[in-house]
Amino acid sequence: MTMKDISVAELEEIANRLRIHVVEMTTAAGSGHPGGSLSSADLMAVLYFRNLNHDPSNPQWEDRDRFVLSKGHVAPVLYAALAESGYFPVEDLITLRKMGSKLQGHPVRGKVPGVEMSTGSLGQGLSMSCGIALAGRMDGKDYKTYCLLGDGELQSGQNWEAAMFASHNGLSNLIAIVDRNRLQITGNTEDAVSLEPLPEKWKAFGWNVLIVNGHSIRQICEALDKAAESKRRPTVIIMNTIKGKGVSFMENNAGFHGKACNQKEYEQAMSELKGVSE
Amino acid sequence: MSEKLAQRNYYGKALAELAEENPDVVVLDADLAGSTKTSDFQKVCPERFVEVGIAEQNMIGIAAGLAASGKVAFASTFGVFATGRCWEQIRLAVAYPRLNVKIVATHCGISVGEDGASHQALEDMAVMRALPNMTVISPADAYEAYAATKAIAAYDGPVYMRMGRAEFPTTTEEGAPFTIGKATVMREGKDVTLVGCGQMVSFCLDAAEQLAAEGVEAEVINMSTIKPLDRETLVASVSKTGCCVTAEEHSIIGGLGSAVAEALCESVVAPLERVGTRDTFGESGKPAELMEKYGLTAADIAEAARKSISRRI
Repeated sequence: MTMKDISVAELEEIANRLRIHVVEMTTAAGSGHPGGSLSSADLMAVLYFRNLNHDPSNPQWEDRDRFVLSKGHVAPVLYAALAESGYFPVEDLITLRKMGSKLQGHPVRGKVPGVEMSTGSLGQGLSMSCGIALAGRMDGKDYKTYCLLGDGELQSGQNWEAAMFASHNGLSNLIAIVDRNRLQITGNTEDAVSLEPLPEKWKAFGWNVLIVNGHSIRQICEALDKAAESKRRPTVIIMNTIKGKGVSFMENNAGFHGKACNQKEYEQAMSELKGVSE
Repeated sequence: MSEKLAQRNYYGKALAELAEENPDVVVLDADLAGSTKTSDFQKVCPERFVEVGIAEQNMIGIAAGLAASGKVAFASTFGVFATGRCWEQIRLAVAYPRLNVKIVATHCGISVGEDGASHQALEDMAVMRALPNMTVISPADAYEAYAATKAIAAYDGPVYMRMGRAEFPTTTEEGAPFTIGKATVMREGKDVTLVGCGQMVSFCLDAAEQLAAEGVEAEVINMSTIKPLDRETLVASVSKTGCCVTAEEHSIIGGLGSAVAEALCESVVAPLERVGTRDTFGESGKPAELMEKYGLTAADIAEAARKSISRRI
């Protein structure tokens, strides 16, 4: 694995740029899912600018690490990470959700360079990731497969079919990350159908479990590095996060799960995010 | 008409050969390898066989991931589970990105028999046919199941192929090549067109014999690809005969009968009678008893032909 030499401060700066893109894109679209995009932004910065072994100029490179966005509704932060990495021009981001754009409301394989699988219907990405990881092992490849899951989507049973399959087959090249922001559309995940004790569930399914503060770049880096060393089991990183992280009025606000800012909110969000950058 | 053979045995035989012929072929099954005969592949190529357990939704996702990584992924189980349990997984993970996954189901139709309605797929073609990018195939017999398995392995894209459980008479030539989307005229006639798929092709041929005794010359078409439908062969035949009957071991809603009705109403005006299950579930019983009770015999096809002829303008 070729780890990029990049500082925590630089990664924080990139994460903030991703957040700015997310708010700009969803505001311009008038819709989209900013809340979960913002909670995943720090992870996405670390993955795309430090841990992923990838080549934006050659998206089909067969030895690349794979990333599957199971929580496909946070497409904005994926598109932002891909554009900032150089897969396509940053200027294209503003076309999100518009007629004729490659940047569909949920990611589409084959439409956007760097998007590995079509997702958007929750609960399916981990199964797809198992297939990719299995193919890598069959072919004697060293690549890793990363899969970002929402916490709410873990209510879907297919995830646990995939979790069982991955540990049974010893897919140590598979790394799942759970964005544990504790909010789904209806509100708190524990009020909808409780997920806790979540680490114990994954442990019982035979996974290595790491728990981090999903807004600590340093902790994310350490966990991803540790996960990549696993030899026998798949690893899940449960990332405790704040939905809407970085924009005060979106933080811990389920109302911004699937709603864009109005003009006034946009201006405030930008001033908060750009304040961080300066 | 020759010997009786089970399609799934020939599916297994073709897969076992593909293990050697194509290193990209992988096979997945959901705890039914002994019944679907993917076990024949497993025996010769365990390293490319994937047991997913009783988890069909997961199987489709894994198949999609394998296909996205360059594999030709065959995923098999019974027809009800292969298409019903995981329809939306097939839609998102396979059909939408047009991945190279072959969903091959056995135990389709009412001739599944004693297991009853829960295990008798009568809606599978309807739900698969509705998916963009999906090809739907129902081979006429074991020989065609073998040839179609080889053909779909060579084709790049999603396919649903259905087969029966029981042994039934062969109607095609062993070793004949299979072309996706190409129907075969099995018997020529000028009075009525009988269009069948699966084992109903053999009943169409029987019905044509019965009709011949009455002086009616029936043309029989084996429409083994339901989607894309071979409109050219269909329209040419019906333009000549002026009336049509479809026969399928499937609901008359959404399958071959619907596909033919759609094609005819957009091309040639002709009466159409559909033989198939009539908006109903099946039940337990011996295959032959069920075929008779649900109106899926050669006599039912012959009767439908008489009706279609009588309605001809």
